Amino acid sequence: MSSEHGHDAHELSFLRKYVFSVDHKTIGLQYLITSFVFLLVGFGLMMLMRWQLAFPGRAIPLIGPMFSPDLAPNGVMSGEFYNALGAMHGTIMIFLGVVPLGVAAFGNYIVPLQIGAPDMAFPRLNMMSYWLYLPAGTLMLLSFFLPGGAAQSGWTSYPPLSVINPGQTVWLLAMVLLITSSLLGAINFLVTTINMRAPGLSLMRLPVFVWSEMVASVILLLAFPPLEAAAVLQLMDRVAHTSFYMPKDLVILGQRYTGSGGGQPLLWQHLFWFLAHPEVYVLVLPAMGIVSEIIANNTRKPLHGYKTIVYSMLGVGVMSFLVWAHHMFISGMTPALSNFFLVTTMIISVPSVAILTCLIFSLQGGSIRYNVPMLFALAFLPLFGIGGLTGLPLGLTVTDIYLHDTYYVIGHFHFVVVTGSIIALFAGVYHWFPKWFGRKMNDRLGVIHFWGSVVSMVGIFTPMLVMGLAGASRRLYDPTAQAHNLIVQPLNVVSTYFAAALGVFQLPFIWNFFHSMFRGEKTPENPWQATTLEWACPSPPPHGNFAKTPRVYRGPYEYSTPGRATDFWPQTDPS
Amino acid sequence: MNNYGWGLPIQASTFAGQIDSGLWIIHAAMIGVFVLWGIFFTYLLIKYRRRDGVAVRHEEHGEMTSLIPDLLVMVFEIGLIVFYALPAWRSIKMTMPDPKDALVVEVTAEQFGWNIRYPGPDGKFGRTKPELVHFSNPLGLDRTDPAAADDIVVSNEMHLPVNAKVLIKLRSKDVVHDLFVPEFRLKQDAMPGLETPMWVEPNRIGHYEMACAQLCGFGHSLMRGDVYVESREDFDKWLKSRAALNPAPPTASSEGF
Repeated sequence: MSSEHGHDAHELSFLRKYVFSVDHKTIGLQYLITSFVFLLVGFGLMMLMRWQLAFPGRAIPLIGPMFSPDLAPNGVMSGEFYNALGAMHGTIMIFLGVVPLGVAAFGNYIVPLQIGAPDMAFPRLNMMSYWLYLPAGTLMLLSFFLPGGAAQSGWTSYPPLSVINPGQTVWLLAMVLLITSSLLGAINFLVTTINMRAPGLSLMRLPVFVWSEMVASVILLLAFPPLEAAAVLQLMDRVAHTSFYMPKDLVILGQRYTGSGGGQPLLWQHLFWFLAHPEVYVLVLPAMGIVSEIIANNTRKPLHGYKTIVYSMLGVGVMSFLVWAHHMFISGMTPALSNFFLVTTMIISVPSVAILTCLIFSLQGGSIRYNVPMLFALAFLPLFGIGGLTGLPLGLTVTDIYLHDTYYVIGHFHFVVVTGSIIALFAGVYHWFPKWFGRKMNDRLGVIHFWGSVVSMVGIFTPMLVMGLAGASRRLYDPTAQAHNLIVQPLNVVSTYFAAALGVFQLPFIWNFFHSMFRGEKTPENPWQATTLEWACPSPPPHGNFAKTPRVYRGPYEYSTPGRATDFWPQTDPS
Repeated sequence: MNNYGWGLPIQASTFAGQIDSGLWIIHAAMIGVFVLWGIFFTYLLIKYRRRDGVAVRHEEHGEMTSLIPDLLVMVFEIGLIVFYALPAWRSIKMTMPDPKDALVVEVTAEQFGWNIRYPGPDGKFGRTKPELVHFSNPLGLDRTDPAAADDIVVSNEMHLPVNAKVLIKLRSKDVVHDLFVPEFRLKQDAMPGLETPMWVEPNRIGHYEMACAQLCGFGHSLMRGDVYVESREDFDKWLKSRAALNPAPPTASSEGF
């Protein structure tokens, strides 16, 4: 399509090449590093919360005295600070960490390469996405230093609390920037994938990862605008004293609320979950895509049920818009409505189960190569499975009455997002690292990182499921203040120790990443002997990616085809 | 309170057993699925590890084989919905007892406590006005309304008679709260601007906790109260002692002044 781009080698200034770059690969790496930094920040906030949960009322060790007396008098965390940490942990992990990492970082770098394109369809828009995302994230973090502190109404920001609590205005502004950034990215991915595929690359020859990014982009495109509108309404409630979400006759801490009233707090919950449930699939789909790529490559056989996986992803995409109110079974919404969302929730489990089943069946008859990316990809299957299974009693109206707002919910969605998405994203980093830098990450450190992380994650989240069944409530600054949390309180201590271990086991990863970038073992162009297009250009690819527009002759996973000398048959191989 | 342990808390309402049986069925199925699936997965990982001279088996299974486990999951879920979730949800959340046959209690949540109001001998809740709200009158009860004069308002303490249907009208003065009594398996958001009905029939005498389960601000973890389920006589006695604390109704002479 644009072979002239391949020779486009005029010198760019440092600023244009590494900072305000329009090259999808640079932007992809910018997203990668930034979102990993945000993940680390979100993890740090969580460690503070975990300290308070395990040892309520005890001064935070080492850094406690460094906080201002408003946040942590005598080093002991205040309730306001705890709530701010909770809201910001959720917001940062989801909106600034996992989604940008899965969709924007991997999508930017890998999707154009896997479809044989020289760049994204709109490179400048792409740059703008990143440069909206970074200020949005920075603004979100800076809100900790403003008077009143950061938002403290949960990442869900339910009004009226979010309208009367400090910190929320900046949260809303940052969210509006962030949503705009995501929308631009989603449009860009869709146009790129639909219009810029190499000749011969029909839709049913696309790698599963490209499909997953496409479906995730459609979800973002359709689900984010309602939240953006809802966020602006909440902003108006705060700054212009409108009452979109504020009912009349509120009396807050003895003072009558001065707004006109007449609004409806439930409206926000509907608008919020209309985005936030599909968002879960935005977190999970790219992870499934990455795992599919790695499993096909390392079993040396075609994926079992490529079509089933693709259609299931499309099914998940459509159904994800019809399940949002299963977060609201006990919200005071008309109870009859819950039955509808109960049924749709059970329906959406069908395509999800199909994808997992296909991935497991893919192992059958293969020749499994246990390298580091494959270890992470395999761990995804059972651990994400736990995440999916524990969703069942929450999606079922009757059992949700008891489990709603308990630690069971936290355990469930962390199994989905942490041992699901984040594990898969680690797999992706190890798998595509040679593509990015022409070097390989150290295997021994990778294995340490793998076992350390998996054991720690399971150690953090399994106790939460047990606590939830015993009735322990979530979002409590001091769990020991309520009698029903007391017996299982030791499990909070267990979780905290495992969380600390998880932090320690990320050190080999961080060191491995930066060290291997410059000193890692050099790799050939196609070190994993893979079939997909991204391995048909140099590593790292030059500006414009492919010297000549590739031509595609077959599907993405032609491994071990009988009668061929090698066990992989690249999509571009004309023979 | 020895009501809690490492498993589910004790059951103290008529529908607690119904909710627990669902939890048990689902968890048994989940663990069963996970274990079977884990055995199969481990078998695949060992059997198909890379070995020299062992070729990849290339024959394609039909795409359909992966749908068999799906079909089983679907059958289980449909069964769960039709025979468990729909009927149980109907009886617990969609059907409210007739106020004539039930004790009606109003619970109003606020940052950070519970106000429990009993209608008194006349069985009617009196008028409240937001402008009358004061720390000594948390609901803004208008005592000049005859229906309000005998209303009994208690903070953070709910007394209920055993084996009687209770209809709770749940309200909130400020933000979203959630009334959670673990022993009753009862949970419902208190949405400001709405009056949400919920019911419970306590069937075990005892002392339980009413906790707030929805983030409601910096004092959320302190927002709790006590539930006392008592025999009918004890309950009536308590209600009478509480009624005695109400301010005397305005008399003719004081009005004349």
